[in-house]
Amino acid sequence: MTTTTLISTTDFCTWHKVEYPFIRSLSDAGLIEITIVDEGEFIPETQLQRLEKMVRLHHELEINIAGIEAITHLLDRVEALHQEMRALRNRLNLYEGD
Amino acid sequence: MYRYLDMAFIDYYKILGLDKNASEKDIKAAYRKLARKYHPDLNPNDSEANKKFQQINEANEVLSDPEKRKKYDKYGEHWQHGEEHEQYARQQQQNRQQYGGGQYSGFGGGYGQGFENFEDFGGGGDFSDFFQQMFGGGGGGRSRSQAKYRGQDFTAELHLSFREAAETHKQTLTVNGKQIRITIPAGVENGQTIKIAGHGGPGSNGGPAGDLYITFAVANDPHFKRVGADLYANIKIDLYTAVLGGEITVDTLTGKVKLKVAPGAQNGAKVKLKGKGFPVYKKEGEFGDLYLTYDIQIPTNLTERQKELFTELSKLES
Repeated sequence: MTTTTLISTTDFCTWHKVEYPFIRSLSDAGLIEITIVDEGEFIPETQLQRLEKMVRLHHELEINIAGIEAITHLLDRVEALHQEMRALRNRLNLYEGD
Repeated sequence: MYRYLDMAFIDYYKILGLDKNASEKDIKAAYRKLARKYHPDLNPNDSEANKKFQQINEANEVLSDPEKRKKYDKYGEHWQHGEEHEQYARQQQQNRQQYGGGQYSGFGGGYGQGFENFEDFGGGGDFSDFFQQMFGGGGGGRSRSQAKYRGQDFTAELHLSFREAAETHKQTLTVNGKQIRITIPAGVENGQTIKIAGHGGPGSNGGPAGDLYITFAVANDPHFKRVGADLYANIKIDLYTAVLGGEITVDTLTGKVKLKVAPGAQNGAKVKLKGKGFPVYKKEGEFGDLYLTYDIQIPTNLTERQKELFTELSKLES
C-alpha cells in the first residue's frame, strides 16, 4: 500500500498568498487534481511543484488561467520531445564507433 | 581609500530595450515582455535564459524604483566618480561635524557599509557587483514588500562511468561552496537531468531559492552498448562451436555466465539474455535484457591437414 501526502488547499493558499478561486480554476481546467477527504480539499504532494510553477507564472508574469493552460501543455510537449531526442541520441550511439 | 572592483557599468536601459526618457509604464511593459520570454519556468535547463532573467530583474529593480533610478541616472556611467564625490562629501561632513560645521544632507553612510551587508538588503543575492556597489546599502533601498524573485537555477554536469551508472550510489557535490550529498539511482541515462529543488541561487526579497539541475554524462563502455535498459554486445564464437554447437562463457554487467550455442549458429544471429541488461531507472530489481550478436570467427592459417579436411567437407556438400 502506498501513502500519499496531502496538503490542504487552505494551507497552500495561506503560504503562497493566493486566492482560493485561482486554485479552483486550475482544478476546473484540469491542470491540477484536488482530492477531497472528510469534506476538506487537498492537493497531493506530487503536484506541488507543478502547482507552484503555475502560481509563479500567474504572480510574476500575470498570466491568466488560459495562458497557464497553454504554457503547461507546451512545456509538457517540450519535455516529451526532449526525452525522445535524448533516447534517439543514445540509440544513435549504438551505430557510431563501430 | 576607495575599494574599486573590476567591473563594468551596466546599461539597465539597454537591457530593457528602452531609452533614458522611458516612462514608468514603458519600463513596466518592457520588463513584463522580457520576463515572459526569459522566465526560468518557461526556459527549464537553460542557463543563458536564467542569466538574462536575472539581468532583467536587476534592471527592473533599479529603473522601476524612482529613487534608485534617479541615483542611477545621476551617476550611472560615472559611478566611480560618483562614489568619489560621495566620499569627499562625507569627509567634508565629518570635518564640519568635528569642527562644529553645518548640516550636510546626502546619501548618508551608504556605499561602503552597505556593500558588506548586501545580503541583508532587499536587493537580493543574485544581483551584479555593479548593483551591489551602487545600491548595496541603505542608500535608496526598497522595502522587503517589493516583488519576491525566485533565485537563479544552477546547472551542473556530472560525469559517471558506465559501471557507476549501473549502481545506486551516493555522491557529494560542491555547488557554490556548499556540499550536497545526493543519491544517484541506478539506471540514469546519458543526458538525463534531475532537479534538486532549492539548491540553486538564493531568492531575493524573501523569494524561494532556485533549483539545481544536474545533467548526467554517462561514459560509453568498450564492451556494451546501451539503449534504455537494454544492452548490446558482440560475442566471438569459433567456427567449430558455431557449426557443432557447444557452451561458451560470456561477460555480462554482473559477471560471467555460460551460454549454450545451438548447432548451426549463424553469423550475426542474436540471442537474448533476459534480465542481464542495465538496471531500470527507479525500478528496483528490474533489469533490461542483454542482446548478444554472434561474430563467428573463420579460422585462418590452416594447416595442410585442416585444409584437406575442409576440402573433403566441401566435396561432401557438392
